Amino acid sequence: ISGVFWSFLNGRCVIFLAYLNIVCLCSASQMQTVTLIPGDGIGPEISVAVMKIFEAAKAPIQWEERNVTAIKGPGGKWMIPPDAKESMDKNKIGLKGPLKTPIAAGHPSMNLLLRKTFDLYANVRPCVSIEGYKTPYTDVNLVTIRENTEGEYSGIEHVIVDGVVQSIKLITEQASQRIAEYAFEYARNNQRASVTAVHKANIMRMSDGLFLRKCREAAEKHRDVKFTEMYLDTVCLNMVQDPTQFDVLVMPNLYGDILSDLCAGLIGGLGVTPSGNIGANGVAIFESVHGTAPDIAGKDMANPTALLLSAVMMLRHMGLHGHAKKIEAACFDTIRDEKVRTQDLGGNSKCSEFTDAICQRVRDMD
Amino acid sequence: MTARCVRSVSGSLQLLLRNRWPKVYGAATCSQKHTYTPPPAQYGGRHTVTLIPGDGIGPELANHVRELFRFCCVPVDFEVVNVDSTMASEDDINNAIMAIRRNGVALKGNLETNHNLPPSYKSRNNLLRTTLDLYANVMHCQSLPGVRTRHRNIDIMIIRENTEGEYSSLEHENVPGVVECLKIITRTKSLRIADYAFRTAREKGRTRVTAVHKANIMKLGDGLFLECCKEVASGYPEITFDSMIVDNTTMQLVSRPQQFDVMVMPNLYGNVVSNVCAGLVGGPGLVPGANYGEDYAVFETGTRNTGKSIANTNTANPTAMLLASCLLLDHLKLHAYANMIRRAILSTVTETRLHTADLGGQGSTSEVVQSIMKAVESTGPRTLSL
Repeated sequence: ISGVFWSFLNGRCVIFLAYLNIVCLCSASQMQTVTLIPGDGIGPEISVAVMKIFEAAKAPIQWEERNVTAIKGPGGKWMIPPDAKESMDKNKIGLKGPLKTPIAAGHPSMNLLLRKTFDLYANVRPCVSIEGYKTPYTDVNLVTIRENTEGEYSGIEHVIVDGVVQSIKLITEQASQRIAEYAFEYARNNQRASVTAVHKANIMRMSDGLFLRKCREAAEKHRDVKFTEMYLDTVCLNMVQDPTQFDVLVMPNLYGDILSDLCAGLIGGLGVTPSGNIGANGVAIFESVHGTAPDIAGKDMANPTALLLSAVMMLRHMGLHGHAKKIEAACFDTIRDEKVRTQDLGGNSKCSEFTDAICQRVRDMD
Repeated sequence: MTARCVRSVSGSLQLLLRNRWPKVYGAATCSQKHTYTPPPAQYGGRHTVTLIPGDGIGPELANHVRELFRFCCVPVDFEVVNVDSTMASEDDINNAIMAIRRNGVALKGNLETNHNLPPSYKSRNNLLRTTLDLYANVMHCQSLPGVRTRHRNIDIMIIRENTEGEYSSLEHENVPGVVECLKIITRTKSLRIADYAFRTAREKGRTRVTAVHKANIMKLGDGLFLECCKEVASGYPEITFDSMIVDNTTMQLVSRPQQFDVMVMPNLYGNVVSNVCAGLVGGPGLVPGANYGEDYAVFETGTRNTGKSIANTNTANPTAMLLASCLLLDHLKLHAYANMIRRAILSTVTETRLHTADLGGQGSTSEVVQSIMKAVESTGPRTLSL
């Protein structure tokens, strides 16, 4: 009889646990797993800093650390380790630190490998002036959305005859449509008023013309967002005079590279700029775009702001706006306070001190 | 009449000969002294210069230039060639090109390109530059004393390859929906522009030349350009040569533009960098640009804007076009006139109440030109009455 009783209890337990599971899945504070790629150089220390801050903010994020050193797969093709790929495919969201590109290692850059593996077609860089960090430009608030798979960076080059080189810039209808649609979706989801397509169709009539046409088509489908088109040189000219006139900018690869770095320079450089890469199948990898800074690696001098702001961008992407706002405010307040700033922002503090200050502020906010 | 015929015949002969014996550039020729003789003054010591008014604010600025030159009694006559950019045929621009071949120098307003037209309609400006082989576009961006900008003490000379690169206008659609655009970089042209950059740096006493490129991605194309620059640099040991990737360059330009001296780069990066620098020193209304070739020179505003939205409102800033006309006078070796007019322009720019809308003021174009003419009159030379 006790055996029957036991199995009855077990059955109930199983049902009860299953019920609990379902309740957990439905609840809003369910833990989401995110793949974390610490990277090289200062990567590990700033990743630790971000994890600490997220813990202090009680963000429902579980980190799954993975390494992405290139390995040679079957057939001789370079690829990222299969466990990293599996983790990303499962979690869909990733946070990445700086990866070093070894020269003459025989394999392409890691960033390129990641881009190709997950078809990361859109690079999104929101550039917002940081209140505590003064630059000659104030009130910058724009987003650059750059097509990341084709364009001038297709890598197709030939030597026609000795001394004559041709590089091919590839623009396809599919990729242009995809990026244009994404730009308008982003504008809609983030309450941005206008999207500007940046091009040089007066000179590159067919290629940028195709890109522009796809942008116009996407604009037709999203009438609630204003659409303008502007030449690349005019954008550059106006950007350095008055960056407040721009909102969301969408453009092909090369112009995006130049303009996104220009905008990063306006707000203070790559050390404070967040960045996100959106891929097909819902994959999104958020990263810090600065280098690995091998000279300060391991010395607790790094500035985790870029990775932290990218992580905040990630939280917003996942819909966790409350936590995102809290952490972002804490970060900006700490920088504005000027008491604990890392060396690149003009202060003397260590990375750990900066991190602790932010953690303290986050806890105080609760 | 016959003199002109002889000139045009000898011009075409020159072209033929040049193609047979290509010039050798690079370290080997650095010791060659490059002397330029302007086209001979015709008809009693007066030069004839082609004037292409262009679109937008072009015609009104061209008129101001003529007015100013007449007032200052500059020995230059303008041959006006109107180019209608809305016409599909290329006759107008070909006439303009022929006029420039005749006269050797030109002052030009920007011609609008409707980018919604099919690729068979080429950009008129680009056509002019490539046909006349105006291989060097030079823009000197300097902070002006009277103009308030976020950065001070900027003095950058931008030398941009003007005929190849991304502006080769070679595009095709092999498969529907897939367009390929070719960017061409050649050894000859890269050596030529690098040589021009280093020569100019030496002539003007500049100490550093920076090559702007993206050779980490476009390894063959920009790699070739960088290689050519390094080769030419070896022949100029007194000038420091370094290189910078274009995205880092734009970032550095908006944070610390004072670090740059002379910059040399291919066509598209030149477009971006020159516009960024023009914005840094005060905008498109202040910076003149010059396009130099072996035999011809065309002067225009640095950022090549048509200014359609402010056309005929008397609010355009004439400074860029007038400074371009001073560069023209320097090219014709009429230095006294050039310096006189330039001094007058710079003294007017320092007066804030005369700033036009692009500089944040409310002055009108005609007020600025009147003030310049007054400034010229007060310096003493014989001028026509105001």
